Amino acid sequence: MTSVAHAKPAGGAHDAHHAPMSFWRKYIFSTDHKIIGIQFLFVSLFFLLVGGLLAMQIRWQLGFPGKPMPGGGILPESMVSGGVILPEYYIQLVTMHGTFMVFFAIMPLLVGVYANFLIPLKIGTHDMAFPRINMWSFWLALLAGLIMLAGFFVPDGAARCGWTMYAPCSARPDLSGATYSQQLWSISIVVLGLSSVMGSVNYITTIINHRAPGMTWFRMPLSVWALFITAILAVLALPVLQGAAIMLLFDQTIGTHFFDPGAGGQPLLWQHLFWFFGHPEVYILILPAMGMVSDIIANGSRKPIFGYHSMVFAIIGIAFLGWIVWGHHMFMSGMNPTLGSTFMVSTLLIAVPSAVKVFNWMGTMWRGNLRFHVPMLNAIGFVSMFTIGGLSGIFMAATPVDIPIHDTQFIVAHLHYVLFGGSLFALFAAIPYWYPKMFGRMMSERIGKLHFFLTFIFYNMTFFPMHIIGMGGQMRRIYDPTIYDFLKPQQPINEFISYSAFALFAVQILFAFNFLWSLKFGKKAPQNPWEDNGMEWSLPNPAPHGNWDKTPNVYRGPYEFSAPEAGDKDYLPQYVKLPTDRDPIPAPLSAGGH
Amino acid sequence: MQTTTMTDAMRPPVPAEPGAGVYSNKLGMWVFLASDVMFFTALIGSYIVLRFGMATSWARPGAVLNVPLTGLNTFLLICSSVSMVKAYAAIADGKKYFLRKVPGKTLQDGGLKFWMLITIICGAGFVGVQVFEYIKLVGHGFTPTGYREGSVLAEHALADPVKYGAGVAGMYGSTFFTMTGFHGFHVTCGVISMLYLYFTKVLPEKYSPQDYRGIEVIGLYWHFVDLVWIILFTIVYLI
Amino acid sequence: MRWWLPDAGSTFARPIDTLFLAILIITGIALVVVEVGLVTFVIKYRARPGRKAFYTHGSTRAEVIWTAIPAVTMVALGLISNHYWVIMKDKKSIPPNAYHLGVHAKQFEWQVTYPGADEKLGTSDDFTVRNQLHVIVDQPTAVELTAEDVIHSFFVPEWRVKQDAVPGMHITAWFQATKTGEYEIGCAELCGMGHYKMRARVFVHTPDEYKAWVAQQAAGGSE
Repeated sequence: MTSVAHAKPAGGAHDAHHAPMSFWRKYIFSTDHKIIGIQFLFVSLFFLLVGGLLAMQIRWQLGFPGKPMPGGGILPESMVSGGVILPEYYIQLVTMHGTFMVFFAIMPLLVGVYANFLIPLKIGTHDMAFPRINMWSFWLALLAGLIMLAGFFVPDGAARCGWTMYAPCSARPDLSGATYSQQLWSISIVVLGLSSVMGSVNYITTIINHRAPGMTWFRMPLSVWALFITAILAVLALPVLQGAAIMLLFDQTIGTHFFDPGAGGQPLLWQHLFWFFGHPEVYILILPAMGMVSDIIANGSRKPIFGYHSMVFAIIGIAFLGWIVWGHHMFMSGMNPTLGSTFMVSTLLIAVPSAVKVFNWMGTMWRGNLRFHVPMLNAIGFVSMFTIGGLSGIFMAATPVDIPIHDTQFIVAHLHYVLFGGSLFALFAAIPYWYPKMFGRMMSERIGKLHFFLTFIFYNMTFFPMHIIGMGGQMRRIYDPTIYDFLKPQQPINEFISYSAFALFAVQILFAFNFLWSLKFGKKAPQNPWEDNGMEWSLPNPAPHGNWDKTPNVYRGPYEFSAPEAGDKDYLPQYVKLPTDRDPIPAPLSAGGH
Repeated sequence: MQTTTMTDAMRPPVPAEPGAGVYSNKLGMWVFLASDVMFFTALIGSYIVLRFGMATSWARPGAVLNVPLTGLNTFLLICSSVSMVKAYAAIADGKKYFLRKVPGKTLQDGGLKFWMLITIICGAGFVGVQVFEYIKLVGHGFTPTGYREGSVLAEHALADPVKYGAGVAGMYGSTFFTMTGFHGFHVTCGVISMLYLYFTKVLPEKYSPQDYRGIEVIGLYWHFVDLVWIILFTIVYLI
Repeated sequence: MRWWLPDAGSTFARPIDTLFLAILIITGIALVVVEVGLVTFVIKYRARPGRKAFYTHGSTRAEVIWTAIPAVTMVALGLISNHYWVIMKDKKSIPPNAYHLGVHAKQFEWQVTYPGADEKLGTSDDFTVRNQLHVIVDQPTAVELTAEDVIHSFFVPEWRVKQDAVPGMHITAWFQATKTGEYEIGCAELCGMGHYKMRARVFVHTPDEYKAWVAQQAAGGSE
């Protein structure tokens, strides 16, 4: 096929501008967005492992309350006595599992990794608008993670009032039992907020001002749209959490009483501030996943995304509505019931754009020519699991039904369906998909497929039954369900969940092995292994420093799979110039170089 | 009043889609300021909720805080915003110098170096006055946790609990020091940034009418900090 | 083994359970449509030699339909739900003849204050019992929830009643038990190390049984 010209590998000449960099400047204190993205990847996968290990201990206790845990002997007596997890340690486990997973695993994996890695590549520019600030964003995130981890090693042990840190529990060491780690939690969050804001300033500015000629707003891939909107959410939401965390820190240290009713403070103020941040936060945790899944499903279906404009408006709609639903986390809080009614309305409405997205993904697959590579399998898994998670949300949105299920395992099931079934499956799709661009090699398809099927099965076995025990009334964060007569009959389900969870965790060894082994021994990647249309595939693998030596031009939208103009091929990249294409007109240039 | 004309330095150095029509450093600063708005909103919003949710009223305006002195300080900060604008106008006109004699005028004409220095001095002055105020307040017994036992203010509060908002002094102190403290921190960061730019770019005359982006960007930050103060001064000192 | 919501034990249970079932049916239909659709597409549209994907960018008509149907469904659900929400949570909905009890949550127990023989809370014949909630069947009952230290949450699954107890706040939750028997309160808000064992026993009595129990408490006996 000759009418589709392939761009010759164009990159690397940028290196000539710099003197050869030392190992430290190139790989450690790097300002290259791709290196920063990879740094986030390694650190965040580590914290994902930490979160998983904490979960295993939770599941041990819930499945086999009071039984000595294998390996429990290595933990100190203050946490695990005679191998048995203690109640005070159990509440640290649930708190830190949530904290690490939300703030140090999923958020940085989706945003820290993929906003950094993909944005400049997918919009056709050399790097972020502010590369040095970008570098700081990574180091601050790492610092925040280490501060949080330190909580396990200080006197009294880790923070323990739930990842939601409700006051007064979190403000009063005499009531929670922990002093230093609660303060470290607050400090870590403030530092992480700085990292997030710095990153978001970069993502927003770069996307607005640095798109290559021809990359109009409605030619941007949905992954970029999603990351853009996510960055706006982050830049506006994280500072509110920082303000709250600072007030909490002051309550914890210098004797203020912002959240202490004894001195005129208001416990509900913490909840409002936290959830005003917290709800946009959960959309930060899902939108990039949705965006990347869109790219991958279009690729796997060999068809344009169905309803591209609707998908963009749905992302914007979800983000906008996301600001006015926070009270749905507080229906039982003692907040004015009328306020509850208004939040119910906005919450039910936010189901609509999410539904639209699910239908559009299905529409993309409809009449496609489906390729079931590992990313596509995980992306389809995402759609099916996120649907369950989203639908289960409707139960709790209906306020009367929320009464029995709030703060039970039903909520835990819901949040894991959207965060694991959703976000993590999207990551299991995205990581192998852009792995060749990052490392120049392919992850193993065979191991990837086995990992997907086993994960999918054990994942559902672990989390679906949580809906049932939640309906049965099992409350959240309780150390031993069996002391309640009404929960004893459900204990076999808890055991089943725990066995499934252990299997689920064990299966992740496949992913870890695949990821690490392929770094050195994976098949060398062809330039465009997925036959995809994105700008990043015009570059060699791994992508060179500076990306393109000459800013590329963009000739079409991001999903022109099976377009008639593509001829024999079933894809037509954005960067390919057909004889019928004209060069786009760029904005006026500056006279000097940069 | 100068408007920004698009100089070459403010255009993208490589071909690009027309973006916001605003160069990246400025756009980035606007985005950052949006995040800072949210930060202060959290603090100020909490203050409003806490104050008007309390059973009794807070101390009367002026009872504890030195309104005249802070009023003067506010004026100083506003002056620094004015001098910031003058600095920006000066460099847009190419006036890199400190002071220059102008034929036919008695007062010399100020250039970037002059007006920037005025801004820094006024900004530092604001911080200095605020530190002085804090010391005085703490000395009188006003702390982030209320009126210190045995202090002058504690005695006043016993004598006249309504004027001094006796029952709620703790929250009064907490919110006062948190809000003004973080604002002061922002001003300090601004002063340090301006000092840095002054020595590395302004004095060596690295800014030109073709490229004075740093001045404009720090100016935006400075005006934001001023605006937050005007809001704080009103709701914390005057009401 | 339980596979469903607990047995209905209050007047709230029926509307809540019915609403739950309705949502289950609606979401169930949506789920089946999506999952069966996905499986069908995976089989029907898998790549085979000689096939090509159908090149289309979408359909405005489809977008309108699958936006409108969920939207209308959600609005209807909201209206129905709100009707019951107001009944269950609004202060004005508390029946005037409700029997008031005080429930004070603290780390890690429930202190229940009974109005005594005069059936008025806040008088000298009130008495407090730890970790035992005694109520009368078929009698609207209002618990005045307070908390000593941190946030707790009053939860009786069979009654479909849950309400956070917040320090500094006085919140009333009401219900009407429909079956005599024994139940449990579980604390539904993480309140510290003893959160898991913040359990109280609940007894739903006939009016006579309740009177007898109150008399026994007044005489200094314990259950």
